[in-house]
Amino acid sequence: MATEHVIHPSAGVSRNGQPAVPIAGRRGTRFKHGYAPWLLLTPWLIGLFAITLGPMVASLYLSFTNYNLLGQLRWVGFNNYIELLTDDPRFYAAAGVTLKYVIAGVPLQLIFALAIAMILNQGLAGLTFYRSLYYLPSLLGSSVAIALLWRQIFGSAGLVNQVLGAFGFTNLPAWIATPEYSLDTLILLHVWTFGSPMIIFLAGLRQIPRDLYEAASVDGAGPWTKFWQITLPMLSPVIFFNLILQMIHSFQSFTQSFVVSGGSGGPVDSTLLYTLYMYQQAFTQFRMGYASAMAWLLVLGIGVLTGLAFWSSKHWVHYAGDK
Amino acid sequence: MSDATMQSVGTSTASMSRQLLSPKHLLAHAAIIALGLVMLYPVLWMISSAFKPAQLIFSEPGLLPRQVTLENWGQGWMGLGIPFSYFFINSAVISGLSVVGNLCSCSIAAYAFARLEFHLKPLLFALMLGTIMLPFQVIMVPQYILFQGLGWTNTFLPLVVPKFLAVDAFFVFLLVQFIRGLPRELDDAATVDGCGPLGVFWRIIFPLLRPALAVTAVFTFIWTWNDFLGPLIYLTRTENYTVSIALNAFLDSTGTSNWGAMFAMSVLSLVPLFLVFMFAQRQLVQGIATTGLK
Repeated sequence: MATEHVIHPSAGVSRNGQPAVPIAGRRGTRFKHGYAPWLLLTPWLIGLFAITLGPMVASLYLSFTNYNLLGQLRWVGFNNYIELLTDDPRFYAAAGVTLKYVIAGVPLQLIFALAIAMILNQGLAGLTFYRSLYYLPSLLGSSVAIALLWRQIFGSAGLVNQVLGAFGFTNLPAWIATPEYSLDTLILLHVWTFGSPMIIFLAGLRQIPRDLYEAASVDGAGPWTKFWQITLPMLSPVIFFNLILQMIHSFQSFTQSFVVSGGSGGPVDSTLLYTLYMYQQAFTQFRMGYASAMAWLLVLGIGVLTGLAFWSSKHWVHYAGDK
Repeated sequence: MSDATMQSVGTSTASMSRQLLSPKHLLAHAAIIALGLVMLYPVLWMISSAFKPAQLIFSEPGLLPRQVTLENWGQGWMGLGIPFSYFFINSAVISGLSVVGNLCSCSIAAYAFARLEFHLKPLLFALMLGTIMLPFQVIMVPQYILFQGLGWTNTFLPLVVPKFLAVDAFFVFLLVQFIRGLPRELDDAATVDGCGPLGVFWRIIFPLLRPALAVTAVFTFIWTWNDFLGPLIYLTRTENYTVSIALNAFLDSTGTSNWGAMFAMSVLSLVPLFLVFMFAQRQLVQGIATTGLK
């Protein structure tokens, strides 16, 4: 990135000695491109201010009001935040469900992705085919169609119970309608989409120099030792990258819990992901101010957890050249 | 197959030909295929169930229907009172415009960031990076108020206009990285020949950007095709529904009584994704491996 800011030696002057872009001539050579950058950046700048930064500021402001789309907007100070934290059991239910979803779903998905990537990385023929095969669920996983399918297969007479029944199991629950299991089906759906972190792991595994393994073999290391001493440390930056990415993604999961629970987050709020509760507050109760406060607590939550991940990374992520 | 794969396969060919039929590898192949089948089984079963009469869906875990019917397709097609073709056209229009929007707006912004010098560039670049990880939920409510104030609810504008304003900063970043990898000598040569910055973009950068633009197009399409929350908020009239919203509304309206019809429409809704999967695999894999796109 540093090279980007180095001024080109011939900036502003073309090879025959004439100013290339006369407009910038008087202001020196730094901004030789004149108005062109601004012209090209106009759509992005409008988007930045009108659709991203503006709404961000507005959302922060709204979080201190009682705005509900219909009545008078009134400043209520920290009331929304206080109500959320002290007087809203569903907020805690939603936060709990989301934390469970992220804390169980993300590591499980990554372990699975890494295991399959390592199996595929042994120089098996047909790697591209297998890679595609395993990627397919990632592509489909966030669609409504798959969420619908999930709702059927984990229902009382769904595919899962039909298969288990064929193996002689009886008295099987309707997984999706049982509070103890309903969230697990959503976590399973998240794990099912392990294809994209797997592709990233495969790319990372290919970067590990083979001679490391050969040297370890000479020293008599077995596969287990090689995994712990070479693969994991060498791959740790990639693991960290996947961890952050999947964490941020899964905090924002919405479609699956909405479709599977019919928008309710039930049974008994057991699939009420945070984003779903926020949606309910904003667009079925029209408590826009309250929902905005929820949004900022979500940012805070994601921020704290990513911060923790970054802090912990000092202890387990090894970058080449560190040693 | 990417170049990197080619290389790694190339270097290990010698040992591979001997290993190919080793018991260890046979076992690995068997395990991989078995696991793949288990994973994809629900999807295959959904496709087969779309051809089954209702009662078989709840009693036949196998893939080969004992009894085949096409009734589900007709019922599903008219499931919401108006034909599903409406929803497919809506989804196609929104996804198509989103792809065009992202390609245009993100590529010009990326070119400005990667190649041009201007005031406040470091600050603006940092802002752009900062917006990549911003959760949509934070801006969802004010955005809704804004678009509602403009009278844009129940139109496609709230879903499409942001794409023409490069709001998906992720793609701007992806394209910036790609442009930085292109040799600057090409720009310089074009400048000497009298091209201004806009000419350099149009004649040199844009044509060379094709691989990265393909990645952008593929992922924009998949994301907008699958998008649920956006259309759920903005589209409330049935004739405006996208396929995702229509499927969900179908589920609401029939309860869970007509799975066959619902599966039929679900399978149809996945066809465009399958097509992308078949014809754009290289872009998918590159996009994920280099940037972590989902």
